[in-house]
Amino acid sequence: MNQRQIWLTLATLALFAAVPPLTVVFDQPFYMDVVARIMILAIAAVSLDLILGYGGMVSFGHAAYMGVGAYAVGILSYYGIDNGFLQIPLAMGASALIGLIFGAMSLRTSGVYFIMITLAFAQMLYFLAVSLEEFGGDDGMSAMRSEFAGLLDLNDPLQFYYLIFVCLALILLFLHRLVLSRFGMVIRASRGNERRMQALGFPTYRYKLAAFTIAATLCGLSGALFANLNEFVSPDAMQWTHSGEIMIMVIMGGMGTLIGPVLGAAAFLLLEENLPEWMELIMTNAGEHWAIVMGPILIAIVLFGRGGIHALFARRGGGSHG
Amino acid sequence: MRCLPEEGAAVMVEPALQIKGLCKSFGSLIATDDLHLDIAEGEIHAIIGPNGAGKTTLIAQLSGELRPDRGRVSFAGQDITALSMPARAGLGLARSFQITSIFGDFSALDNVALAVQAHAGHSFRFWRPASEDNALYDPARHVLERIGLGERAEETAANLSHGEQRQLEIAMALATDPSVMLLDEPMAGMGRDESANMVDILCGLKGQLTIVLIEHDMDAVFALADRITVLVYGRAIATGRPEDIRANEAVRAAYLGTGDA
Repeated sequence: MNQRQIWLTLATLALFAAVPPLTVVFDQPFYMDVVARIMILAIAAVSLDLILGYGGMVSFGHAAYMGVGAYAVGILSYYGIDNGFLQIPLAMGASALIGLIFGAMSLRTSGVYFIMITLAFAQMLYFLAVSLEEFGGDDGMSAMRSEFAGLLDLNDPLQFYYLIFVCLALILLFLHRLVLSRFGMVIRASRGNERRMQALGFPTYRYKLAAFTIAATLCGLSGALFANLNEFVSPDAMQWTHSGEIMIMVIMGGMGTLIGPVLGAAAFLLLEENLPEWMELIMTNAGEHWAIVMGPILIAIVLFGRGGIHALFARRGGGSHG
Repeated sequence: MRCLPEEGAAVMVEPALQIKGLCKSFGSLIATDDLHLDIAEGEIHAIIGPNGAGKTTLIAQLSGELRPDRGRVSFAGQDITALSMPARAGLGLARSFQITSIFGDFSALDNVALAVQAHAGHSFRFWRPASEDNALYDPARHVLERIGLGERAEETAANLSHGEQRQLEIAMALATDPSVMLLDEPMAGMGRDESANMVDILCGLKGQLTIVLIEHDMDAVFALADRITVLVYGRAIATGRPEDIRANEAVRAAYLGTGDA
């Protein structure tokens, strides 16, 4: 990671930290919710980037782990267990377990087959959630906000906001250390040339599986926070379109960088939030067709903005990470 | 087929690598045909043969990338036929690739450090930056010096010249501290000077470890090899000292042509 990326990361985090006071100054309380959402999706995106950008594993079912994390909170809450100290570890543990199982099977394949099998597993979970009438089926279920034994009150928007912020910051620090560690070297090199890694003596499968499981675990945390933010859980969280959106955030922001997916999540959600309004200014009733504009914007970024948004900020050091 | 010149020695000392009745075919194409071969410890054993003779397929079977249809490969007396590529590398069987296989994004030093890391126990270490790990980088620097790339250590591997990349390839194999190295055309695509340089490097390794060398550059082969095996259609038609191979009629007919090699 070069110096520029570190500064960009710190600047972004500083901006996120300053959002609550800024929303007061500009009297836009709504934006605190938007940025909280951005940070939660950023956790999902950056966890995907660990395997997609650094590890070269194109997982097209990453939303599944967000769904598992969210449902863990929802189901525990349904049975009256709303202790966050229990919910959050269980949500991450469940995602880790599912990630381990799906990863163990998916990583036996590669290329297009890997994409399809990760997608298939995620869809399997989606339809499972749809079929669970007890937990709301298609309509989803409501979830109470987690309780933290009086230490933390998630019903206070400010406390909830900074909990998400701290989670994101810690995950970025953890992944920053991880990609440069011995483990990170193995993961990054395996993306480039797995055969060579095996010839050197690395049993690459187990390292890739470990990375896949770590990514699923972190995404599970994102899901648990998501359930808390919405106070609602639905199968849509694991729908393949949601997996696609997380992947778009990573690609849009810049694969193989840590700050890229965070910027990608911000750009994606801000566009989704504001595009209808902006279109409404041009033409009445155009707002509901915002996706017609969103699509070409995404295609343009992928086609012409190689390296994503991150590359705009880090022209010189952009591209490969090292 | 000629036998080993010193049969007694081969019986007494365990061969570094022993190939027994190895067969591999792809459909109707026979790539390895009942191959028997003993690679003695410490020798440079060249394997030559026309294109399509099955040289790279043989290396792939020795390194564990391909499973033979039949036959056995033993490494220092241990049957390794069923072992995977990483497991064989772990025992001390390193290989280089015909097509340069380095990690282009990483520096030359990182490439070699990664090879050192392969033998430094497991890599489930998540926190400490690998680049600050002297247990990886000191040996890596040493290997780069040894192979003549000491001054290019910090250069991104993709920016190295072709010859330097081939050297790096050898350095990576060497950094895993192998007892046997399988080199698949280390001189491929090299100019005359680069080839001569590579011959010097390999010459410097002679005696320190066993090398199985596949190479088309006959000057290099005859300069380096203690023994040569000639492979034609997957069969070893001759094995012997360079001068014997040069004089062998069958080899001349099949491969070297009638002129001087």
